[in-house]
Amino acid sequence: MDSLLQHWNSLAPLTQSVVFSTLKVLGVLFLALLPMVAYSVLAERKISAFIQDRQGPNRASLPLLGSIPILGPLLTKLGIWQPLADGVKSILKEDFTPSYVRKAYFWLAPAITLIPAFMTVGVIPFGSTLGSQKMVIADLNVGILYTFGIVSLGVYGIVLAGYASNSKYPFLGGIRSTAQMISYELAMGMSVIPVFMIIGKLNLSDIITHQAQHGWMALPFMATQQTFASYLLWPCMIVSFGIFLVSAFAETNRLPFDLPESETELVAGYNTEYSSMKFALFFMGEYASMITASCMMVVLFFGGWSLPFFGLDQPATSIIGGLAHIAIFVAKILFFMVVFIWVRWMLPRFRYDQLMDLGWRRFIPVALANILVTAVVMYFVR
Amino acid sequence: MIVDRKPLSFWERMYLPSIWGGLKITSKHFYNTVFKGQTGGNTLSKGYYPETKWDVAEGYRGAPYLVKDQDGATKCVSCQLCEFVCPPKAIKITPPGADSQSADRKNAEKMPREFEINMLRCIFCGFCQEVCPEEAIFLQKDYSLTGLARGEMIFNKEKLLSLGGTSGGIQKWKHKLEEAKEQEVFPVETK
Repeated sequence: MDSLLQHWNSLAPLTQSVVFSTLKVLGVLFLALLPMVAYSVLAERKISAFIQDRQGPNRASLPLLGSIPILGPLLTKLGIWQPLADGVKSILKEDFTPSYVRKAYFWLAPAITLIPAFMTVGVIPFGSTLGSQKMVIADLNVGILYTFGIVSLGVYGIVLAGYASNSKYPFLGGIRSTAQMISYELAMGMSVIPVFMIIGKLNLSDIITHQAQHGWMALPFMATQQTFASYLLWPCMIVSFGIFLVSAFAETNRLPFDLPESETELVAGYNTEYSSMKFALFFMGEYASMITASCMMVVLFFGGWSLPFFGLDQPATSIIGGLAHIAIFVAKILFFMVVFIWVRWMLPRFRYDQLMDLGWRRFIPVALANILVTAVVMYFVR
Repeated sequence: MIVDRKPLSFWERMYLPSIWGGLKITSKHFYNTVFKGQTGGNTLSKGYYPETKWDVAEGYRGAPYLVKDQDGATKCVSCQLCEFVCPPKAIKITPPGADSQSADRKNAEKMPREFEINMLRCIFCGFCQEVCPEEAIFLQKDYSLTGLARGEMIFNKEKLLSLGGTSGGIQKWKHKLEEAKEQEVFPVETK
C-alpha cells in the first residue's frame, strides 16, 4: 500500500489528474448515473402502481439473495431485482429493423439521444470536495452555457429517429418534438438569466458556493446569514424556478408535455419503430435527461450540495463531510425525480396548441419581464 | 347536442387548482395503497393471480376439450362438422379409414383416429360446441394455456379426452325424443 502511494506521488501532476478524471467519469457514469437511470425506471413503475391502486413489480428474484430470510422476500417485494431483469430482457429481445427505415440514421438516433443526456452531467458539481479532489468532472467556467448547448443537441436524436423511421407516426412525433423543444429552450434559457444576474458567474460550482453563503435561490431562508436582498428577490426567483421547472418537463418530453410520444395519438411517437436495446436507449435517455434536469434545478435554485445546518454550507474538509455533501446532493435530486414521476401520473397531457401557447405567449414574456424586474430590484438593493 | 363552454375563471386559467386537486387524489390513492394495502387485487379479489386463482364464472368460454360419456367411451363420431365450422381452422380431424378400429361405444359407427386442436389458433368462439350433434366437445373453464414450444400447444385426442372429463349421460337421444314429441304435437291447430 505504501509503495503504491509512493508510486502515485512520484507520478507527474498531469498524469495524476488524467487518472483522477478518468476515474471520476467512469465512477459517475457506471456507479451513479446508470444505476440511477435503472432505478428511476423502477421508481416510476412503483409510484405509478401505488397511485393506481396496484402493486408494481414484485416478482423478480435472484437465486441466492432472494432466499435470505425476511430481507430476501422484502427486496423482491420492493422490486429491487426488476431493473436487472429488464436489462437482460432488453438485450435478449429481437432487435427488429423494418425494411423501409433509413438504416444509418436509424442506428445513429438512439445514441444521439442518449449521449447528450450523459454529457451534461460532466459539469454538475455533485459534491464539494473529497480529499483534495473537487467533486465535478469538468469545472468549466461557462458551465451553464455548456449545459444548454448540449441539452439542445438532444432534440437531434428524436428528430433523426422520426425521420429515419420513415413512417407517419414517428415522423409526426419528430416534428412535434422539434417545435416543442426549441420553443421551451428559449423560455428555459431566459428563466435562468436572473440567477446569473444576481450571482454574476456562470460556473456552477461558484453558483452553489454563492447560494451556500447567501441562501438558496428558491428558498432564501436556507442560509446561515440571512440578507434582506435575497428576500426582496425571492418573488423573481419563484417565477424563474416555475418557468424552469415547467420548461424542464417540456425539454425532457415528460407528461404533461410528452407530445412527441403521446401514445393515444401517435402510437408511441418517435420510438414506434424501435425495439429491443435501441428502444431501451431512448428510454434510458429520457430518464438520464430527467436526472440532468433535476441536477440543474438543484444546482441553480436549491443550493446544490449545501445545507445551512451543522456547518455543511462550507466545502468539506474531511472525507466524511465530502460524502455527506454527495449524499445531500443525491437526496435533493431524488426529490425532484419523484416530482417528475409523480406529475406524470397526476396531470393529463396538454393539447398541442395549448403547449405552444403556454411556451410562446406566456412563459417567454413572463421570463423577459422577470429579467427586467430583477434588474430593477437589484438596482435599488445594491 | 351543443355543450356550453363556459369561459374559465382566472384561477382555472392559472391551472394551479387542477394541480392541487390532482395532488390530493393521487396522494390519497398512494397513501391507501402503501399504508393500508388497498390494492385492486386485495380489495376486489382475495389476492394476486398465480397464488390466488380466479373464480371462473358459469358460461365462461375457455378451451374446447372432448368429453367422454358415462362409460368412458369417446362421444365424438368423427363427423368433422366442427372442423368445417372452425373459423381459424384450429381443429384437424383424421377420420378412421376402412381398416381402422370402429367406435368404442354402441350407437356409433365411427370415432376419429386422431383429433387435434391447435390452441394457438383457437379463438374460443364456441362454434364447435354449438355445431356438434353428439355433444362431444365443450368449451370448458381453462383459460391459462401455456407451453414452451408451438408443438406443445397442439392438443391431440388423448390429451383432449383426458382434460375434458365426462359429460353426464348421452343427452343426444333425449333431446331427439323431445324434438320428435314437439313435432307430433303441432303447436298451431289447423281447422
